[in-house]
Amino acid sequence: MITLLSTWSFGIALGFVALGVFVSYRLFSFPDITTDGSFTLGAVVSTVLLVAGVDPVVATLGGMLAGAAAGVCTGTLYAVLGVEPLLAGILMTTALASVNLVVLGRSNVPLSGVTTLLDRVEVILLPVAQLLGFDAVTAGEAARLGCLVLAASVTILSLYLFFRTQLGTAMRAGGDTPTMARALGRHTGAMTIAGLAIANSLTGLAGSLIAQYQGFADVQMGIGMVVWGMASVFLGAALVGPARLGGALIGTVAGSVTFRLLVAAALRAGLDPDWLKFTTAVVVLTALVAPRCFVRRDQTSPSR
Amino acid sequence: MIPNIPPGQLMLELTDATVTFAAPGGPVVRAVDGVTLSAPAGSFVVVIGTNGSGKSTLLNAIAGTVRLNSGSMRLAGHAITHWREDQRARLLGRVFQDPRAGTAASLTVLENIAVAACRGRRAGLKWATNRVLRAEAAQRLGAIVPGLDARLDQPIGSLSGGQRQIVSLVMATWHRPDLLLLDEHTSALDPAAADRVVHATATLVREHQLTAFMVTHSLKQAAALGDRLLLVHRGKIALDVQGATKRRLTADDLAARFDRLRCADQLDDTAAQTLADLYV
Ligand SMILES: Nc1ncnc2c1ncn2[C@@H]1O[C@H](COP(=O)(O)OP(=O)(O)O)[C@@H](O)[C@H]1O
Ligand SMILES: [Mg+2]
Repeated sequence: MITLLSTWSFGIALGFVALGVFVSYRLFSFPDITTDGSFTLGAVVSTVLLVAGVDPVVATLGGMLAGAAAGVCTGTLYAVLGVEPLLAGILMTTALASVNLVVLGRSNVPLSGVTTLLDRVEVILLPVAQLLGFDAVTAGEAARLGCLVLAASVTILSLYLFFRTQLGTAMRAGGDTPTMARALGRHTGAMTIAGLAIANSLTGLAGSLIAQYQGFADVQMGIGMVVWGMASVFLGAALVGPARLGGALIGTVAGSVTFRLLVAAALRAGLDPDWLKFTTAVVVLTALVAPRCFVRRDQTSPSR
Repeated sequence: MIPNIPPGQLMLELTDATVTFAAPGGPVVRAVDGVTLSAPAGSFVVVIGTNGSGKSTLLNAIAGTVRLNSGSMRLAGHAITHWREDQRARLLGRVFQDPRAGTAASLTVLENIAVAACRGRRAGLKWATNRVLRAEAAQRLGAIVPGLDARLDQPIGSLSGGQRQIVSLVMATWHRPDLLLLDEHTSALDPAAADRVVHATATLVREHQLTAFMVTHSLKQAAALGDRLLLVHRGKIALDVQGATKRRLTADDLAARFDRLRCADQLDDTAAQTLADLYV
């Protein structure tokens, strides 16, 4: 039971990475490798702040803001300095590897004895979990999951609302068809920077929450996150089908949870954990290539 | 905000405008070559020319997609030579050749129109779409293509190319532009759809008394539409007719003009080839 709850919790927390990738990759068609670095950055910044005795809410926001700053840097490399999206992300992630190590001070810092955001919300949600019938052993874990579900719901709702405003709609238009957005007076460079700031703030938040959930930050923890995010986005799209913005956002987090559950099942069935990242990459590759095989036949007819 | 230029006064003035492209290692192409041109408010200018003659570059230079290498331009009383593309957009409406370039496929028809409704304005944190916008969009689209008003909530990518160009036209003219730029906006369409889009164009230009530049590959359209015709050749304006002369022009006259240009080109090319053979 505990393992199942914790699988869900990890899935939801990593769902924030998936939301970030959804924003950068789906809305802005920007394959943003920064994700790997900003995930760790969020974790590292929050951990250092928590250890320094900063309030958990502030520490979590700090991790989120640090992620946003990383996104702004990548966006600036791309939109102002004209660096290719992939290269911009690689440069930022490489640079962040040093930043993360310097900020954390060593490669691994535990959060034992520190009150995290999850601890704090757990206290509030514990009675609710007990009311719902969780026993004394599982109630704490259920409360933590509840906290993450709450955070994910608020985030999905905010993203949904924001991307329905004039600014958010213009940003989606710019990500979809830059020529159109520019012809209608939008500065697509500035929009990409803002979009990557949003995406990486979500990734930073994910890193922060994962560090607080597992009780430590590690400078290696971000490796492969962008591919995880893509796998979740693709899986989410497969789950909800052709959906509008709201459905796609929910599907993205659902994709992350589903993927986490599948991974847990595969591990239990005997998959060597060393092959986990390899498997994730294969899943993403399949998702990228499979639709192309189906579509090719129609592409000979010009769009009328 | 935008000074409205009275009919007859100059809307667009290009002075000695030049745009060059240099492919690395290749020759320098003067896509727009010292063009001086002015268009009074309310004129409907049709632009023709062979492939690669510089029509698109001329329009892109006005829109700010490419910068002038030299020369200057004024639009609606503003010296816009150094304005960025997104800044010029508050004066301009544009429709592209490719329906996919002018509309965002994953957004609904109404959301696309909502973005157009913010042209020249700050995009803030108000809702992009609302009941007022919806009603107006339904009314404006339905007036041109009955039935299109019922598709406001579909992704615009699900519309046909012709329908997308009609929506593009409505978007470009949602707020009256000082200048409407149409770059072969019917050439990706089948003939029936192209006719519908041309008809919608003529109606909108007339109704809103717009100043417009329309590039077309169709000599039939060029003869039938507009009150002035420019023939662009090698980045220069080779022919500029208006008034009664323009009205008398037929598609056949234009075809004859084209043939003459093509002959002249071939002579030039053979002459150049001969010289190259002799001296290189
Ligand atoms: N972005 C560009 N880079 C290099 N050369 C270009 C570019 N755009 C246009 N050209 C060149 O400028 C010339 C005019 O092109 P264009 O304006 O597109 O012609 P048209 O629209 O009349 O067919 C052509 O020789 C074309 O190859
Ligand atoms: Mg062209």
